[in-house]
Amino acid sequence: MFIFTPRQIENNNWVIISPLISVIFTIIIGAFIFKILNYPVLESLYQVFVSPFSRPDRIADIFVKACPLIIIGIGLIFCFRANIWNIGAEGQFIFGTLCAGSFALLFPDNENKFILVLMFFVGFLGGAIWGSIPAILKIKLNVNEILVSLMLVYIAMLFIDYIVRGPLRDPMSFGFPLSKPYPDGAIISKIHFPGIGFLGQLHYGILSIFVLAPLAWFLINRTLPGFQIKVFGSAPKASNFAGFNKNKITFVVLALSGGMAGIAGVIEVSANMGKLQPEVSFGYGFTAIIVAFLGRLNPYGVIFAGVIIATAKLGADNAQMILGIPKVVTGIFEGVLLFFLLAGETIQNYKISFKRKT
Amino acid sequence: MENLLITILLTSIPILLAGTGELISEKSGILNLGVEGMMLTGAVSALGSVLILGNPYAGIFFGALAGILISFIFSFFTISLMTNQVATGLGLTIFATGLTGLIGEPFVGKTIPSLPKIEIIFFSEIPFLGAIFFKQDILFYIAISMIVLVHFFLIKSRFGIVLRAVGDNHESAHSIGYPVKKIRWICTAFGGMCAGMGGAYIPLVLTPHWSEGMTAGKGWIALALVVFASWLPFRLLLGALIFGGITILQFVGQARGWPFPSQFLNMLPYLVTIIALSLISIKTRAGNIYVPSCLGKSFFENN
Amino acid sequence: MLLHIMVNLNSKILLKANNITKKFGNFVANNSIDLEIKKGEIHALLGENGAGKSTLVKMFYGLLLPDEGEIFLNEKAVSITNPKLARYFGIGMVFQHFSLFPALTVTENILISLDKNFSKKELENKISDISKKWGLSIKPSKKVNELSVGEQQRVEIIRCLLQNPKILIMDEPTSVLSPQEIKNLFKVLKNLSNSGCSILYISHKLNEIKEIAKTVTILKTGQVIDTLDTKNVSTKILAEKMVGKKVVKLKTKRSFTKTKQKVALLVNNLSRTKKNLFGVSLNNINIFLNYGEILGIAGIAGNGQVELMEALSGETTGIKEEIMFEGKPIGDCKIDFRRRLGMEFVPEERNNHATVSDFKLNENTFLTFFGRYNINESFIKKMMTSANYSYEDSIEIIKKNDVRCPHENPMAKQLSGGNLQKFIIGRSFQSNPKLVIISQPTWGVDIGAATSIRQQIINLSQNQKAIILISQDLDEIFELSDKISVISNGHLSKIKNKQNISPTEVGLLMGKN
Repeated sequence: MFIFTPRQIENNNWVIISPLISVIFTIIIGAFIFKILNYPVLESLYQVFVSPFSRPDRIADIFVKACPLIIIGIGLIFCFRANIWNIGAEGQFIFGTLCAGSFALLFPDNENKFILVLMFFVGFLGGAIWGSIPAILKIKLNVNEILVSLMLVYIAMLFIDYIVRGPLRDPMSFGFPLSKPYPDGAIISKIHFPGIGFLGQLHYGILSIFVLAPLAWFLINRTLPGFQIKVFGSAPKASNFAGFNKNKITFVVLALSGGMAGIAGVIEVSANMGKLQPEVSFGYGFTAIIVAFLGRLNPYGVIFAGVIIATAKLGADNAQMILGIPKVVTGIFEGVLLFFLLAGETIQNYKISFKRKT
Repeated sequence: MENLLITILLTSIPILLAGTGELISEKSGILNLGVEGMMLTGAVSALGSVLILGNPYAGIFFGALAGILISFIFSFFTISLMTNQVATGLGLTIFATGLTGLIGEPFVGKTIPSLPKIEIIFFSEIPFLGAIFFKQDILFYIAISMIVLVHFFLIKSRFGIVLRAVGDNHESAHSIGYPVKKIRWICTAFGGMCAGMGGAYIPLVLTPHWSEGMTAGKGWIALALVVFASWLPFRLLLGALIFGGITILQFVGQARGWPFPSQFLNMLPYLVTIIALSLISIKTRAGNIYVPSCLGKSFFENN
Repeated sequence: MLLHIMVNLNSKILLKANNITKKFGNFVANNSIDLEIKKGEIHALLGENGAGKSTLVKMFYGLLLPDEGEIFLNEKAVSITNPKLARYFGIGMVFQHFSLFPALTVTENILISLDKNFSKKELENKISDISKKWGLSIKPSKKVNELSVGEQQRVEIIRCLLQNPKILIMDEPTSVLSPQEIKNLFKVLKNLSNSGCSILYISHKLNEIKEIAKTVTILKTGQVIDTLDTKNVSTKILAEKMVGKKVVKLKTKRSFTKTKQKVALLVNNLSRTKKNLFGVSLNNINIFLNYGEILGIAGIAGNGQVELMEALSGETTGIKEEIMFEGKPIGDCKIDFRRRLGMEFVPEERNNHATVSDFKLNENTFLTFFGRYNINESFIKKMMTSANYSYEDSIEIIKKNDVRCPHENPMAKQLSGGNLQKFIIGRSFQSNPKLVIISQPTWGVDIGAATSIRQQIINLSQNQKAIILISQDLDEIFELSDKISVISNGHLSKIKNKQNISPTEVGLLMGKN
């Protein structure tokens, strides 16, 4: 029989150790799955976890892939710290993208990069609006935000589908459900390294991470609103005792994380697609949940977590091409990783010992 | 008209089954957000087993079994290791989406025979109602009778009362000697079994071939259904029928050429879920006696 | 064989604990405890919070297993591995925090705690038989959340009696009862003991133990200090044995200077409808409080104390004129605003209400201090304050109030109950408030800390501050208060001077519904 004894003293190193152990355990489980399914184990692991590092342009692409995950993940930190379960970042991403994209398409053939600046605002606003729907329902009617935010993902997916097949469809698209291409002013360009040229798809949008992460860290750790969010998440009664407004906190974290998802969408689409299409997100909003947890709800941690997960995503693409392993396998890794991370929290809070039943 | 009603009924069976299972596990205090994942697992297992064994009844068995097995993952983490139930349930759905995608890959493009209809003699002769209620498949009968059974089980039986007690106050249940964790394992497994069967129903009756993520949010709607039903079995049935009706509306709309874009009709089940949750919240804002007080809370046993 | 039975029949010792030791991790909760309970005896177990009383009886009831030592029933060694087995052996237990299910009916509650199966009808008859026999009236069809605390305890007792126990364990049974209810309980217990049932009575209240128990065993830090006959020992000696040192008496005040009293707080017809099924509505509460006075509000738990505290503190708000502080209407102001006016609050729940358990002490200081930094700066500057600003204030509170910490800046959950309470009260006194409202200040706190907390309250009042003391502990109310009132089912009785009200009267008001 296992005995759990609550720990009195916090183990500070565990914050870093536990995600590392979780990743290692996940890889081990992955090896088992490959073994069971009769894929070559080492080769598969190599493709998934190492091959993305094999060339500079591939490494660059890891960051491109990680970019939306990290930005959404940073936004989700605020929700999860406040113990608000926003699992609809996918929908907020889509709606933010849709708003920003529609805005950009108002200015055909315009090269003014000011459009892009405004798109960030519009995208943020769109995501924030989508995120504030569950917030308002929770505040006014005490409706569970988990289910509402998730339902809104499906609605957003269908909505963008309607828009690009209907009102915004490009008449020149030969029947494909695509919008017209964005004007040049709405495009985020690729980074040109002097002497080297382009590195994969690496674009200037990446730089936003290095602004957003420190900003988020500062907000959480050095400001009163950040403190309020943490108190509310840990002990809502204490938050009320302090005099913090729980409705305000709920609204702000949901709108903020929605807005961040919107920004992620703007960057993703402006840099990589340059137009609207039915599928603008490939589950980024869901994967970012794992990223936020793997990053231990710390903005800098989320950067590392985003890179790790993006690596596995790109690796899975390679594995599919070379070994024929369906790339949905990353979903398995993500789930297992989350399980281990959560178990790590148990180990952090309890000392576990074994005792013979008498 | 008859056919329309039958279609509505059949469409509501997956969420009804999954909702019934989730109701039991929530009554014991376990909030399992992995319903969607468990349904997918049930669906792919049912489909696979029918493809291999050729018998649609095998699909029910293996769908249920797979649901139980995958619920053990959830129970191990949330009950034994006391992890956060929301996050773990989410993880289960993500995990199962990947796993079923992988398992289902070889099944793509293959079609399975559907569950045979069983006529119940005498009753099936009743005009109109007979054809609707007594000429259906076995899972249909199971789902409907399950609602009745669960209702009486919760109110009348001793184990039903114990189960509610565990969800109401796990500390008390523990201190008068009930094995809280064991009871929750069983209830979660029941939830898994029902979700597995609900998932199995989709390929076995509704769409006889595999596509990735074919449950399309039905698991989440089942979760909402339990809230909407205020944890009462018969209201669950009512709610499932409403959702069945709304889901069917999109096909009706398309068939009759209603002047709405199909996307908006497809949105309806999700929109209605949000509206239903809001309405029920207005009604029960003052507190609802049926909400299990320990829902979502981990039980820590100090020994 | 025959001889063996004879011994059993003649044996007067019903339950015996031999050398029982129980550890949780490195913490030794029970250290080689010996205890003997005779047949039909009321045996008290006396000790402070954390002395190990609950741990010990949980082993008798099969909820915990001893690491070492043996338990004997009728001189036979038994291993009680679960409560079901304990009940089979004839051991019943009434828990301090009850082990009931609020959403279930009385009958359902009792049904699932019996090991034999009954139909609901049969059981309802049995319940009414038992309740008539022992004078424990109860309505079987009611849901437990509709019952008063006293009634809930009756359900627990009936539940045990239905199993014909040989020994009944009662864990702090009087802490939630009015004096009249206590009297009734004692009658039942004495009748039970006369009918041959032993009772193990756990308490930290000395008078009660002298009144009801024949023998008393004193526990301290997990060890048996002494076992005595209650007839031959004074409460003073009991107290000293329990605490392990001389008990310090309060330096009570106070020459009551009736000169220039100023009104601090006025509450006019304060009403609040309950927020949920488990709450209590407040009805037309009126309070009048001068500076330099302590108003004691007595009452049994769950009669609206929590709601009253929330309304007075501003955790819930209402109509402007309901509450006047120094003549200023503040009924619609939130708690942080009231703090700025010089009011401070100490709620009953220390963990995750007055403090955040997982937060460090400087963060917990910031929890109520956040409005004091960068006051005259811009809004942005005010927002850019964090718990780092509270570090020095936190250290000062710890020093001033003798809060014992494992290290300089521990998390709240690492402090003992008494030390955490000293921190919380110190935090609220740190700002030199004009009015303090304190709820259950010494609940679950060891005697040393309790004495120093009470002394602090008296000192504060000596400095012409206004204080409202909400407490279940009648002794505490009478020891500290100048004026007394009773809260019962959301009603507050008329405030009277201490000289004009007797404990009996207060007791009657507590029981009024």
